[in-house]
Amino acid sequence: MQAVFHKRRARFSIGDVVIYGVIGLFSLACLLPFWYVVASSLSVRPGFLISDFTLDGYRYIFSTSTLGRSLINSFYITIVGTLVKLFFTSMMAYGLSEEWVPGRRLILNMVIFTMLFSGGMIPTYFVVKGTGLMNSLWSLVIPGLISPFNLIIMKNFYQNIPSEIKESARVDGCPELTLLFRIVMPLSTATLATFGLFYAVGLWNTYMSALLYIPESNKWPIQVLLRQIVYVSSSIGDEAAVEGEVALLATNIKMAVILVATIPIVCLYPFLQKHFAKGIMVGAVKG
Amino acid sequence: MARTAAPAVKPLHKRMWKARWFYLLMFPGIVYFIIYKYVPMFGLAMAFQEYSPSAGFLGSPWVGLKHFRQFFSYGSFEKLFFNTLIISLQSLLWSFPAPILLALFLNEVRHNAYKRITQTVMYLPHFLSTVVVCSIAYQLFSVDTGILNVFLKAIGLESVNILMNEAAYRPLFVGLGVWQGTGWGTIIYLAALSNIDTQMYEAAMLEGAGRWKQMWYITIPSILPIIMTTLVLRLGDLLDVGLEKTLLLSNAANRNVSEVFDSYVYQRGVLNGKYSFSAAVGMFKSVVGLILVVTANWLSKKFTDEAIY
Repeated sequence: MQAVFHKRRARFSIGDVVIYGVIGLFSLACLLPFWYVVASSLSVRPGFLISDFTLDGYRYIFSTSTLGRSLINSFYITIVGTLVKLFFTSMMAYGLSEEWVPGRRLILNMVIFTMLFSGGMIPTYFVVKGTGLMNSLWSLVIPGLISPFNLIIMKNFYQNIPSEIKESARVDGCPELTLLFRIVMPLSTATLATFGLFYAVGLWNTYMSALLYIPESNKWPIQVLLRQIVYVSSSIGDEAAVEGEVALLATNIKMAVILVATIPIVCLYPFLQKHFAKGIMVGAVKG
Repeated sequence: MARTAAPAVKPLHKRMWKARWFYLLMFPGIVYFIIYKYVPMFGLAMAFQEYSPSAGFLGSPWVGLKHFRQFFSYGSFEKLFFNTLIISLQSLLWSFPAPILLALFLNEVRHNAYKRITQTVMYLPHFLSTVVVCSIAYQLFSVDTGILNVFLKAIGLESVNILMNEAAYRPLFVGLGVWQGTGWGTIIYLAALSNIDTQMYEAAMLEGAGRWKQMWYITIPSILPIIMTTLVLRLGDLLDVGLEKTLLLSNAANRNVSEVFDSYVYQRGVLNGKYSFSAAVGMFKSVVGLILVVTANWLSKKFTDEAIY
């Protein structure tokens, strides 16, 4: 049976050509816009081929203090924010993981309800303002401190840790907090890595919160700056460049900024690829 | 067993004392959910006020349903509702079937290297920020320097202004969604596909069923439950069309078709300072959203025997 199966399937039919072709074309469509950005950032004139190689775009953006400051802001919220979010998410998830804890169901329902209904942008805006986060980088971290979705998946994960491990530690007189930080967390490094990566991508890509809560341009994360540069043509420098030169330079400057705002994601990508399939599978097992 | 049974007979305060460390762990999280999720819900009361930041929640005068009445009678409601629904349905029409099709195709690929490489490339757009995606679109389609118009000019055609054009807005919006989400969207279907028993295919082969017949009679029915679940989930957030993308792609030229609930709230509330009015609009959207999710969940229960929440 196995032999027949393989023999029949080994031929490369017209159907295969169509299938391989569609997949190949779609992949190409996903990749080409990137290549266009890379090539154009290095060229005098935009295009898929590098024409008149130049590093002017990069030289220009790194000569302004604006970009450096935004990059520092973004790295700061991504690194610190991920750790903080992960810390509080896993703490709460562990607290919710034992079924005998009185009131657990109520708290869980309270969390789930926030996935269904929200006060919306305006009341949230006033709460952020009222808690003194306006114009602070923490306004990009604290108002979304715990993702209910991640919390519930993580809770399910902790629930599935064999209870013998926890029980034997408790019998030995191990306090609950030590148990979490010394035994449970080391057991769940893969899960923590997965959610850490998701949080990190979200924080690096933050745009809307910054638009709402950070009016001061020196606190902007890179995405807001990028938007400003791409949409408002010559806002990058503190001093306006000479007309005419701007038109030529503008495109590769914009392309260079797009690339700079993307590269950390591309660097994280191999790790994301390794973990995300796992993460999404954990999510598929519902709780 | 003995463990779970024993505490049940103890009085509540003893069980709670035993769980004290768990409460301590949950405490910061609960405070977070109360302050940043529940306080804004109660803050929706401002939709019934003439809220001014200087007077605060307690000092602002109550005006009843004034803002809701204004919203429904001004004509902006119809436009917003129509725009939101159309763009959402068009997105659904294209970006819902695309990953299913692509997953079915990927499942037929027998060269693992080809599969791995194409998948790696196709997942990547999902991780890009909306700003990056829209910025790339701006660069590709801009009138003077965009590659599309350079190309059109080179072959002697008129240039097209996709970015500032009412008719092109929805295809652009939906197209970017398909570009960004299709590859990533295949994951859930590929997982379902990998669980299909290969013996079914072998049996079908012996019966003389070709590849397309196998796809139609074995593959598609096997992943139908997951397709239904995904569809129901999508129906639940029909009113969420993506605020960031809307703000990034909309401009004076396409405002007529691009304005949706969320962007209207942002415009009116945050930029124009009509806090109570826009809170009322936001509240309307949240309530309809809740009804949609509850309905979707009910549908899911009915058709797939599985509730999502």
